[in-house]
Amino acid sequence: MADGHKRPHPIVAAMPYLWLAAFFLVPFVIVFRLSLSDDVLAQPPYAPLFEWSAGWSGVREFFAGLDFENYAFVLTDSLYIEAYWQSIWIAAVSTAILMLIGFPVAYGMARAPQGWRPILLMLIILPFWTSFLIRVYAWMGILTREGLLNQALLAIGLIDEPLDILATNAAVILGIVYSYLPFMVLPLYAALERQDDTLLEAAADLGAPPWKSFWLVTFPLALPGLVAGSLLCFIPAVGEFVIPDLLGGSDTLMIGRTLWTEFFTNRSWSVASTIAVLLLLILVVPIALYQNIQSRSLERN
Amino acid sequence: MDNLVLDSRLRGNERMLSIANFPANTRDARGEGQQRLTSRSEPLPASEAAGREFSPWTDPAAVPLIRFQNVTRRFGDVTAIDGLSLDIYEREFFALLGPSGCGKTTLMRMLAGFETPSEGRVLLGGQDLAGVPPYRRPVNIMFQSYALFPHMTVADNIAFGLKQESLPRAEIVERVSAMLKLVHLEGMERRKPDQLSGGQRQRVALARALAKRPKVLLLDEPLAALDRKLREQTQFELMDIQATLGTTFMIVTHDQEEAMTVADRIAVMDHGRIVQMGAPTEIYEQPSSRYVAEFVGNVNLIEATVSGRDGGAVLLESTIGSPLRAIVTENIVPQTKVALALRPEKIRITVRKPDTTENVARGEVVGIAYLGDLSIYQVRLESGQVVKAARPNVTRVAEQPIARGDKVFLSWTPEAGVVLTR
Repeated sequence: MADGHKRPHPIVAAMPYLWLAAFFLVPFVIVFRLSLSDDVLAQPPYAPLFEWSAGWSGVREFFAGLDFENYAFVLTDSLYIEAYWQSIWIAAVSTAILMLIGFPVAYGMARAPQGWRPILLMLIILPFWTSFLIRVYAWMGILTREGLLNQALLAIGLIDEPLDILATNAAVILGIVYSYLPFMVLPLYAALERQDDTLLEAAADLGAPPWKSFWLVTFPLALPGLVAGSLLCFIPAVGEFVIPDLLGGSDTLMIGRTLWTEFFTNRSWSVASTIAVLLLLILVVPIALYQNIQSRSLERN
Repeated sequence: MDNLVLDSRLRGNERMLSIANFPANTRDARGEGQQRLTSRSEPLPASEAAGREFSPWTDPAAVPLIRFQNVTRRFGDVTAIDGLSLDIYEREFFALLGPSGCGKTTLMRMLAGFETPSEGRVLLGGQDLAGVPPYRRPVNIMFQSYALFPHMTVADNIAFGLKQESLPRAEIVERVSAMLKLVHLEGMERRKPDQLSGGQRQRVALARALAKRPKVLLLDEPLAALDRKLREQTQFELMDIQATLGTTFMIVTHDQEEAMTVADRIAVMDHGRIVQMGAPTEIYEQPSSRYVAEFVGNVNLIEATVSGRDGGAVLLESTIGSPLRAIVTENIVPQTKVALALRPEKIRITVRKPDTTENVARGEVVGIAYLGDLSIYQVRLESGQVVKAARPNVTRVAEQPIARGDKVFLSWTPEAGVVLTR
């Protein structure tokens, strides 16, 4: 495959690297440097600062002022550990539910008549046309004690007392599942839609009843799509801030919220940066996994 | 459906559709296969090896393995198969030949269970297949696209059908390696389909379809994706494998050369009907209609009117000029409009005037196609019709070469042409 293609012009080849350098590497270096600093009551609220005027000794002084104190602090404080755990747990449960809902939806779309598929695809993408924030706010209206859900359940007599759904982890999971569903469905749909129907005929011809053909052919071939969808949901869900802030309760301790509190309430830029760097490290494994699968499926095509 | 029972009490490998007097289970099929193998391993006369003296369809006592009885298949307003009846016998290599859209693939898919007849019955081993799902039919397809499972290795692909029968592990391994040997793919078992060439994939598809030892192997345009050399080689291998295993093969193809090479019997199809059925020589030398004559091989059709009879021959009048005489088997009344079908290789092309006055035509060479083994001459007759004549190049340098623009004579014997009334 590579033989037939001309090498791209160096500037073209460098574009993604320049982009990543400008918008990922440089900010990361700044955040990392902040995480090694100490908080001070000043403007800016961290030290040491780089003294250009002091020359070589200024550089030495600057590096001498950096340390890993914050990491030791965050990693030994049960509050932060608990926040990381809860974030991962909520993201994992949400991703599992997303898989269970997303697979049948994507499968149904891929099996729908050819003419219907663009319409169904459109319907999946349609919610993105309204603001994400408004959609999450709408859930608050649905889930409150006086909300639509409780009113409906009371009206049909399923419950006697309104349920406290809002401000629980369940509401956060619900919000994440609702908001991230397209990210699960789209890669799964792509994987299922390009499957050759003759493969299922071949499986049937060789003696596999429909449920077995599904399990032995359809599912394994959709697996890259399922993994891609799961990572697309899991990675941003771990660091999610808006949904737990709006739908979660006081005991919902997700890392995005903790970070916000450190930064804006405690004005501790260094601890906030440390939390961010550690979050990135936690997510590096799934991100690398995702990249690996992506490049493998690219190779195959 | 009453006599079809899915007997779950049977042991794993026999858990297939058990049909009365129909040894569908694989153990039986295997026993028969081996028996056949030994009975056929003695030296065979050349014609038998070519499958040409094998003709159970001429034996009125023979019981067909596959029967299509008045089968019709409609898709909306389109009739894909139109009241078709067809008998295929055990161990036969049967070809369905026709252009795309003639219904040959639909017919094959009905046997596999992917289509159901709108009317009529399909029987296998005497049992009606109506209502039997594809996964319970002792029939396997080699798909045109091969349909190999891309996420499985070659060995897993071949073993797929065997695993569905829950055969013991050791037997699966043994059968997979036997299949790999049969299709000359030893050492490839760990490869994935995308690491194979087109020819190798075709072999894996064949091995996978044969691994279950089906009653009937269906081949859907099996060689269409291969280049010419490989296709020819594979045709002979297919014939070898069919002779070795004794499985009934049914091939669907639009390539008349392929059908003629491999098949014992060919059915030529058009618009959902069989227009002629017979051995390849019969189809080629005794076409029953203009359609068959034109579809199978090259042919010149000379429109004529019957002017009289002379013993076993008819006399024809045409625009060619010279009186035409052709041997016929059926009785054709005078004044009937007919076509005289003449294969190019049966026409002699000469510069000198032949001695006879019958079956001679004058013309001018307007084109020559040199094919190496043959040269095809396009000759415009005085009537304006362009006729093709073939001449084998038996010497490296022709003594009397015929060039473009030469005036030539075409002549043929009364046996050379076929008189077509349809």
